[in-house]
Formats: sequence, structure tokens, C-alpha cells
Amino acid sequence: MGITVNETLDAKGFACPMPIVKTKKAIAHLEPGQVIEVQATDKGSTADIKAWAESTGHQYLGTVEEDEVLKHYLRKASDHESNEETEYEEVIDLNELRQRMDGEEAIIILDVREHAEYAFNHIPGSINIPLGELEDRMDELENDKEINVICRTGSRSDLASQKLSEKGFKNVKNVVPGMAQWDGPTERH
Amino acid sequence: MSQSITTKELARRVVNREDTWILDVRNTDEFDDWKIEGDSVHVINEPYFNLLDGVETLTEKISKDQEIIVVCAKGGSSQMVAELMEEAGFTNVYDLEGGMKAWSEHLEPVKIADLNGGGSLYQFARLGKGCLSYMAISENEATVIDANRMTDVYERFAEEKGVTIKHTIDTHLHADHISGGRQLAEHTGGTYHLPPKDAGDVTFDYKPLDEGNDITVGNTTIKVQPLYSPGHTIGSTSLIIDDQYLLTGDILFVKSIGRPDLAGKADDWVGDLRETLYSRYKALSDDLVVLPAHYSFVEELGEDGSVKARLGDLYQRNEGLQVDDEQAFRTMVTENLPPQPNEYENIRQTNMGKMNPEDEKQREMEIGPNRCAVHG
Repeated sequence: MGITVNETLDAKGFACPMPIVKTKKAIAHLEPGQVIEVQATDKGSTADIKAWAESTGHQYLGTVEEDEVLKHYLRKASDHESNEETEYEEVIDLNELRQRMDGEEAIIILDVREHAEYAFNHIPGSINIPLGELEDRMDELENDKEINVICRTGSRSDLASQKLSEKGFKNVKNVVPGMAQWDGPTERH
Repeated sequence: MSQSITTKELARRVVNREDTWILDVRNTDEFDDWKIEGDSVHVINEPYFNLLDGVETLTEKISKDQEIIVVCAKGGSSQMVAELMEEAGFTNVYDLEGGMKAWSEHLEPVKIADLNGGGSLYQFARLGKGCLSYMAISENEATVIDANRMTDVYERFAEEKGVTIKHTIDTHLHADHISGGRQLAEHTGGTYHLPPKDAGDVTFDYKPLDEGNDITVGNTTIKVQPLYSPGHTIGSTSLIIDDQYLLTGDILFVKSIGRPDLAGKADDWVGDLRETLYSRYKALSDDLVVLPAHYSFVEELGEDGSVKARLGDLYQRNEGLQVDDEQAFRTMVTENLPPQPNEYENIRQTNMGKMNPEDEKQREMEIGPNRCAVHG
């Protein structure tokens, strides 16, 4: 699968500790929230990247193995997301989202996380438009349906909901807290 | 440049119980799974990736003039950390060459005894994994029992002693490590013996290891007598060497007993295990010296680094041999099973010749602790 990322790091052929040392350097240049793909051949790199991400607060998204190459996906830590206060007022929780999914009325689930986050884990049938692309891609959304905006923790979806409502979308809900707590059906591609 | 220490030197220290401080810089999951152990070994874990911005935090745990050996998975990260530590003013830092990978493959030979007619018996302890293998030497011949995959170690040792490896024997189909028995026999032109009941699905030729068919080392001097002793596997066969030594395979250890479940047969084989431990072995001389294929605790290593015990003594103090009630024994064995060894099914397939993984993969399959025993 092709996953859109902000940067790709080639650490193929390097043994431990180099994949992590290089990842650490590369991620320093990214903006918070951006995604990096780290290509490595060292088998131990998966466990180490995961553990390193946990200890530094970066978000480990997943690993794909293609032709003996491990592709690790990481999203740079973003302080903004630990901010739990949301401004957009129409908020629903995950249970309400499930009820709406099971209901008669057709709804849209708009997932505004980065493409790589969405790729490893998302609600079946949801649409992915990363927050950064939303401005340009609003015309992909149908204005007459209820749009349930979701991200990982509720903060990017809050910004997205505000944007949509400013642009005249009438029926927008921010789903909180987000995919981090979602235990309903998911799929990856 | 920091200095390195070899696995051989580290093994010497562990066996001699010298105080040794180790900084293990692998990630914590791997560290928790298995680490270097020893009576006098003190281990601290701090993943290398937490030290990239500086090693000053280590001073909370290690003083700057203290001797410390840095260990990682393969040797790369430990070298980096050791250098960072030296730059930060630590003065007595070593890194373990080859890391845990090399440690898991290191075999430390210890002489167990002189045998009749000038022969001798050696035990090879794989300290990083708790596996024990053996070489019996007589005249110009050798027999290797439960060989590990690092066959070059046995070949070199035989060469040093000026003997030819004529036989390799596995006491059972191993599930915790990849056997070197077949490969070693191929290299030296010897014969590979395997219990036929464990060999039902093997893809290669072997000589059945049957009770009654003794194997000799040297002309006629040393006798290796197979004794059918099922329970860990259906084919498990012990060996009595020179009428004095009982090689128990994975049936009986110094502080514990074997587990019957690695082929998914705990309930079927527990009866065999009981029969072997409480009848067949009981009928043997108390003076036999038990030499198992594993040890689980460092304290099982004797003063000289060997693992052995008198059979009669084990009937006094090994907890697995003190359960008179058959049902209680059954419960103890089937309900106290430790987690199964990593990759045990793939290791069995490899030992049957059904899988033929590359060296690197074989190494990876074996990573982790040995878990062949039931502790009562």
C-alpha cells in the first residue's frame, strides 16, 4: 500500500543503533503532527522504534513489511493534541456515533487524521481528509448529510468542525475523544 | 575508544561468581524476556535510545569509576553507549562483543570426569540459554550428545583433543533449540542417532536410538547405553555412560523436572513422565550422576561451572520427585506449565528437517530463555 508521508528516511542496511539514531535526527526537522516513513532492514528496529516512540511521546502508527524492507510509520509528537479543551460546541461521544452508524439515516464519518494514521486503523466506511487538506477538499463532502468528524483525540476534529461550520456546513458533529478510545469495528488498508 | 570484553571472559566471570555489573541497553520488553544472569551478576536496564541525548542520568545508578559492561542485542548499540559514557567521564566501561546474540551462542566446556581407560566426559554449558550438551571422548573417538547448532565449537574442541566425532545423539526431538546433531554428523562423517518415536515425521536418514543397542566410544572402552524414558516427548531416551553417568535429556533436571506439553500432549504424556521418574529411574543405582540437557537457575551451576547431581540425592531434594500421589503429580505438571519457548513449533519443524531457515533466522528463532522445565 502506498501511504502518504511528509518525509521518507532510508535506514536500510544499517544495524542497531543507527535506525533509531537516524530517525531521531530526521524527526527533529519535522513539524509537530507530520508523518515520517522509516525504511529499515534491521529486524530489531520494529520493537525499538515502538519503544522509543513510547518513551519520547511520538506516535507509532505501524509497520509494513515489503520485500524484506520494514517500513515504520511515525507521527511527530504534537503538544496541541494533549489540549483537551474543544471549542466547537456540537460534540458527540463514541457511543452516540455507534448509534448513528446503526441508525436509518445515512451519515458521513470524516476522519481528519494523517493518511498514515488512517491507513493502519480506521472505521469502515469513513472518509479520510487530513486536517491540512480540508480547506481545499471541502467540495468532496455532501452538505445535506450529517458529518461526524473524528481524529485521534478530539482536537484536530475540533478545528476541522469549526472550519466546516464556518464554510456553511450545517450539520457537523465533533466526535470525542476519538480513535484512541474507539473499540468498535476498524479496518486497515 | 572503549574496550570490549568477549563472551568467553564474561562466561568465566559468571562461572567464577565474580561481581559483575551489566548495563543492558536493549528495549525493556526484550530485557524482561531474557537477560544475563548469575549469582554475582547485577543488571541494570536502560534502553540505548533513552541515552542518545546524554548518559548523565546513569550516574543515579552507576558511579563513574565503577566497572560496568554494556550489553545490547548485537554489539552496535553497546559500543555507542560505552563511548558516550567514556566521553561523559565514566572510566571503567566495557562493551560485550557481539551482544546477547553472541552470548546466546557461547558454549563453555567443563570437564565432568575422567572415564575408564583414559576417556573423559565434557559438559558444554550454553550459559545464555541454559542448554547443556556433552562430549564423551575415548581413545581417538568422540560422541556428542544434544549438540547445539554451533557445531564448529564441537569440531574445534575435538580437533584440539585429537579425536574424531563418530556419533552424535539427540536424547529427544528438541523444541527449545535447533539441534546441531545432524549437521555435526554430516561434517565429521559420523552417525546421527535419534529416538525413533520422536522421528516419525523427519525428512532425513538417522540411526534409531533404541534401548539395547549400545554405542561405544573408542574401541570398546566406553559404553553409551540408551534407556527409553518417555515423558518430555514420547521418544525421550536417556543415556547411561560408562555405567556412572545418567544423561537425562529434558526428563529430569537438578532442581526441576521436564514438561510434557511441547508437542501439545501434556495430558497424554504426563503418565509416561511419572512412570519414567518414579519407576524407571528409581530402579537405577542411586550413585549415578545425573547430567541434564538444561538448567534453569544459575545456582544450579556448581563451583566449577558444571551442572550435575547424584541421582539418589535428587530423590531426596528435587521437588518434582517428592509427589507420591499420582493425581497430585498430574495436577502439578499440567497446571504449572510455564509459557512455551519462543518459536518452539518452528524449532521442532526445523529439527525434523521440514523447515530449513537461514542462519540469521535460526538465531532469531532461538532468542529468548529456555523454558523446558516444570517447577513444582
